[in-house]
This record gives sequence, structure tokens and C-alpha cells, in this order.
Amino acid sequence: MSSKDQILQKIKNSQPNIVADLPDLNILGSDQFEVLDTYKTVLKNIGGDFVEVANYDEISAYLKQNYALERRIITTVPELSEVAVLDWKNEDPHLLQNVELTIIKAHFGVAENSALWVTDDILGQRVAPFITQYLAIIVNKSDIIPTMHQAYERIGNQEYGFGTFIAGPSKTADIEQSLVLGAHGARGLIVFLLE
Amino acid sequence: MSSKKIIEHSEAATRFNKDVERVNWHDETLWFVREKRDRAAHNIPDWELLRETASQIKNNVLSNIHDYLVEFEANAQKNGIIVHWAADAKEHNEIVHSIMAKHDVKQMVKSKSMLTEECHLNDYLAEKGIEVIDSDLGEFIVQLRKEPPSHIVLPAIHLKKEDVSETFHEHLGTEKGNFDPQYLTESARLTLRNTFLTRKVALTGVNFAIAETGEFVVCTNEGNADMGAHLADVHIACMGFEKLIPQRKHLGVFLRLLARSATGQPITTFSSHFKKPRDGKEIHIVIVDNGRSTQLGREDFKNSLKCIRCGACMNTCPVYRRSGGHSYHNAVAGPIGAILAPNLDMSKNADLPFASTLCGSCTNVCPVKIDIHDQLYKWRQVLVKEGHTPAAKTVAMKTMATVLANPMIFNIAGKSGRFVMKNIPALVNNKMNKWYDQREMPSVPEESFREWYKKNSREAKAKKDEQ
Repeated sequence: MSSKDQILQKIKNSQPNIVADLPDLNILGSDQFEVLDTYKTVLKNIGGDFVEVANYDEISAYLKQNYALERRIITTVPELSEVAVLDWKNEDPHLLQNVELTIIKAHFGVAENSALWVTDDILGQRVAPFITQYLAIIVNKSDIIPTMHQAYERIGNQEYGFGTFIAGPSKTADIEQSLVLGAHGARGLIVFLLE
Repeated sequence: MSSKKIIEHSEAATRFNKDVERVNWHDETLWFVREKRDRAAHNIPDWELLRETASQIKNNVLSNIHDYLVEFEANAQKNGIIVHWAADAKEHNEIVHSIMAKHDVKQMVKSKSMLTEECHLNDYLAEKGIEVIDSDLGEFIVQLRKEPPSHIVLPAIHLKKEDVSETFHEHLGTEKGNFDPQYLTESARLTLRNTFLTRKVALTGVNFAIAETGEFVVCTNEGNADMGAHLADVHIACMGFEKLIPQRKHLGVFLRLLARSATGQPITTFSSHFKKPRDGKEIHIVIVDNGRSTQLGREDFKNSLKCIRCGACMNTCPVYRRSGGHSYHNAVAGPIGAILAPNLDMSKNADLPFASTLCGSCTNVCPVKIDIHDQLYKWRQVLVKEGHTPAAKTVAMKTMATVLANPMIFNIAGKSGRFVMKNIPALVNNKMNKWYDQREMPSVPEESFREWYKKNSREAKAKKDEQ
């Protein structure tokens, strides 16, 4: 008997005869709060930052002012071609190691924890938001939803090879519980909240 | 497998407590994490409902895990993931090694996986000439020091920044005497970046595996699991079979609970959902039993398989905080470790369920409502019945049972006890008396309750008769 059959057989013998019911999830996540304000507060608390912008030109202007444009800046957003390059999606991912700033879009954001949902179809490359020194994510203000329950309702049966929630910059507190931003991933996260 | 002689929890705790200042610091640091957890939990009006819901989902999983596993495997395979099954630690290690061997790779970068600690994978691969580098900062630190992690979420919580500085100076060539966590973290970042860029195989743990979709979720703050997995040709993900949850939407419940319970964060920085490999790359999942199906069959202890490894029970435990993770001599320490470990090896881990005050704080903070302190109490009974407790304790307990069951002996024992403690205290206040080890002996009353009661009931009766 293969290990698989053995394990499954043992489990069958051990597990109870009656299947316990799954709980109703619809009663969760109904608490009322100011969604956008909460999003901003939580993001700041976990080491991220945000800028409210009306359009992509404002994003370009902000990036020009605040980032060293002579360094390597990549994006998946065609509207930002003035400040960032677009033709990196088929490169060997290892070649992204010198990227200073990655600018991507998120499907939506979650107010209760400031997480942004991204999937590989809008990431360009899976490693892009991790390997970069700094990360910028654009999300529509109207796409900020209250809690993780609404998040998974929205994700539903969405098809992806890889998806991730990103909440703030990469961080660690493994040395004496002192918070340090920029563990292995991005050292900083700026979220552009788009009208 | 390590064949080192195990030092029992009480002995290890005694050693840990010799450095009073450090123990106090350890205690306070973990309590600080517990307080952060409380603040995060109190921010969520639905918190208790979330715990109850999570508990019910896990109850459903444990009652239907056979079918969920079959469903998960089929869906994962549809997604192009290669699924392996390991009956025990040995088979798990062999599978991981065979994947490495197939690709002719001698180096691996690993993110946190307590399962691989449980299986002693690093030792096994080292014997086969394979170099493993742990990339979680805390695990990286303890690996350099040749120590196991002392906490499942905070692997280096037993170390001070001076210790880390010393270790990094020795291994990474950082400045001697530079204790700045920012500086030390940066140096590890630079070293490990090179590791991520050069490894062809990355191994990660699994926080949740979803039967409905065949995907799995890995949560980190550092981004180390993603750096490893997205740069490697082969991603191996190892999971105990209890990591399964039925549907994607159930992640909403667990991701709200996990980080808040663990560190007080609203969510980990990255919650990565791996569903399909990149073009031309491989994802392998190793599903491990290693005693879990036995635990599933123990009615009193099966609930321990609901655990989502947040570590909240450790942070709150007065014994863990003052004895340190290493005193539990098991991959998973603390209260939850003490109910998982005896299942793996009863005689080796017989001391662990006794490393508790049974105060119940662990049960109160557990996000999936495992009755941890009840199980600790129940394990004690099993271990005594099966003869795994030390002889001295067994004799003492048997003697006590005889004394308590016999009023005359009880009376005599009480009288002589009071006499000895009053007149020759050195007879009990000495090193031979294990009870006196951690406690002061009580002050001696003039009379026992029994004597007082006899006298008073006589007086009361006389009074009543007078009326």
C-alpha cells in the first residue's frame, strides 16, 4: 500500500463518523466604520504611507519629485511610461535585482488591515513587488472595502497562478522585538489612492 | 534524528532561571507581545464570533479530512502542482532529498517551516551533503548559532541584541560591538539577498491549504518565502495534513485571526496564495502525517490538530515566559507543544504536560478555541496510567492517596508534620525535599482544622443545649 493510501486509510479510521457542519460566514464583517479613513490610519500604523491623487499625471509628478529617476524604475502601468520602464516582464526574474522602485496596480484594498490584493496578471512578474528596494501601489479609492470577508467575496472564483495581499513594507522584529522596516522585501511602501 | 540526552523541562527551566535579569526580560518581552495581541483583538467587535467560527471550520475539517485531502490533491494536480505523501518524518526527508537529487542541486533556501523542524530536515540534508540556509531572520540567527528556534513565530526571542551582534560579527563580519537592530538586520538582508539570487530550490511551509482550489497560502512579514519561491526553479512546500481548510472564503476568517493572535498586527505583510507554478518551473507539495492520524483518533487530544501556529498560547503562558522555548525540547514549545509532543513520543515528552500551572490562559487566547489546559490535564492522567512519570512522583502520589483515604493515618501524619515543621524545620526545609525547591514551606498552625472543628462543634453544641 502506498503512503498515500496508508495515510488516508488511517485518517478514515480515526476521523469521527459524523461530519460537523460548516458555520455561516454571512454574519461576519458587518461592523460599520469609515472605510477610507481606517485604511489610511492602519497603513500608517504598519509603516506604509499614502498620497491621494486625482490622476496618473499627479502620480508621475510625485514620483519625479520623490524618487531618484536615474535608478531603475519599473512599472506595469502604461500611463507611467514617462517615469518608468514597461519592457521587463519577460526578463529572467533574477535580473530585477537592481530595481529601485516597482509601481503596480492593486485590484482592491482592505481597510481593516490596509492589505492590497494583487495577482500575477497585474504583477508583471511574481518577484517584482518583493525584490524591489521600494514599492508603490495604485488603488482606486472606490476599491477600498471594509474587511477580509468582503475581500474574499470579491475574489470569488478569480483565476490566478499567484496572488498576494501586501500590507505595508517588508519588516522584522526578530532582534529583541525592535521593528525594522525592509527585511527581505521592499523597504518602503507608498500607496497612491486614486480618485 | 538527534540522539542527545534530553534534559527534562523542570531541570532546563531551573538553569534558565539562574540569570534573573534575563528571565525577567524574556518574561516581559513576551508579555508585551501578548498585550499587543489583546489590543488588536479588542479592536474587532466580531473577535469572539471569529474565534468560534474558526473553531467550527476546523471541527468540520477534522471530521472530513479524508475527503478534503482527496479533493485538495486532485485540484492541486489540476493546477500543475506535484503532490507527495509522507507517512512519517523519515519519508518526508527522503522525498525532499529526492527532489533535490533529481535536479542535481546541493543548496536550498528555506523559509519558516516548523514541520521541517519537527522532521529534523536540516540535519538529514546536511548528512547528504546539502546546504540549507534558513532565511527568516530569527531562524537565520539561531541557525548560525547551531540552536533550534525557541518560539514558532519569534525563533530568536531568547536572544538579546548583544548575542545577535556577537554571532553576526563572527559569521558575517559585522562590526564588533554594534548592537543596532537596524544595522544587524541590514547586514543579514545583504547576505541573504545573495542567497535568494543563487538558489535553485526553495522550501517553504504552508499556513493554509484550500481543498476547493488546490492552492496554498504562506504568510510572512519579511517576504523571505516569496523571495525564495519566485526566484527558484523548484518550490517545495511542506505541510502537515491538518493545514487544510475547505474553501477559499474561509481564509477571510483565518487571516483575520492569525497575525492579530501572533503579534498583534492586523495581518502579516504578505499573505501569498500559490496556485500554479510559473511557466517551466515546479511546485511540489509534501503532505505529511507523522503521527497526526494517531492524534486524530485520540478523542481527548484530536482538537490539538486545529492549531494554526500563531504562538499566542506561548506568549501568555507564565511557565513558557519564565522557562524559555528550549526547555520544552520539542520543535513546537509552550502549551500547544506540550499537548502535541506526547503524541509523537510519550516517554520522551512525558515531562511536558506537567510544565503548566493549568491556569487556562492559553485556552482563553487560542484563536481556534483549543481546550489546551484541559488537554494538558488529560495528558497527565494518560502518562501516569501508562507509567511514564518519574518513580519518585509515583511513590509520593501513591503515599498521598493512602494518607488521604484513611482518616487515622491522615490525623497522625498531620500531627507529626506540624511537630516536625515547628520543632525541627531543617528536616523538611532541605534539598532532599523536592517540594521545597521552588517554594517556602507554610507556617505551622497551632491546631489542624479537624481539631478546631471538633472543639468548636462541641462548644456550639453545648451552647445550643443551654438554650
